[in-house]
Amino acid sequence: AAMLPFRASAAADEAINAFTGGAEVGEGGLTLTAPEIAENGNTVPIEVDAPGATAILVLAAGNPTPAVATFNFGPLAGAQMASTRIRLAGTQDVIAIAKMSDGSFVRASKEVKVTIGGCGG
Amino acid sequence: MADNVTPRVRVPRDATAGEVITIKTLISHPMESGQRKDGDGNPIPRSIINRFTCDFNGQNVIDVTLEPAISTNPYFEFQATVPESGAFTFTWYDDDGSVYEDTKEIAVS
Repeated sequence: AAMLPFRASAAADEAINAFTGGAEVGEGGLTLTAPEIAENGNTVPIEVDAPGATAILVLAAGNPTPAVATFNFGPLAGAQMASTRIRLAGTQDVIAIAKMSDGSFVRASKEVKVTIGGCGG
Repeated sequence: MADNVTPRVRVPRDATAGEVITIKTLISHPMESGQRKDGDGNPIPRSIINRFTCDFNGQNVIDVTLEPAISTNPYFEFQATVPESGAFTFTWYDDDGSVYEDTKEIAVS
């Protein structure tokens, strides 16, 4: 299903490295919720949830620039979770990386099929 | 320039000490991504809200970095622990240097 230009995923890898400092990224403990199909790429609801995380980075690997948002959780965060609405240029993987309180990193990703892209022309 | 930027925030009026509450925020803003072109094919410059923070009585709840991939009228839903009565402060930072603020009081019984 991967029809993304190579540079897009390279840019995403770069953003991940900038966030993790090149540390190994595991799996588990991070839930990324996104729709399987988004008719309108201009406003796609997503939610990230990683109990015990200090920060969560969200990337859209197939967008012109992959960065979407970084959530930093303070001492009064009631949970390390957040929902927002994002733009997706086309069908692609949305990626989330959580930095846990022990300094380790975990990732989750989800493919979203986009009917009408959301980056304008 | 973003015109008519209006923050809207939903916070419960009261809570019990230590309760975790859900907060929803929305701010009207075009979030011009910098990727679009006008009718003449010239790029429309980027103009977005690039940071959003929520604090309670001076302590941080969440601090978000926004990129152009955040949709028009940025929406956030998140959770906060409420240790005592006080006020939430919500702050949005615009590329053009504008800062938008809203506050909401909550009573702890």
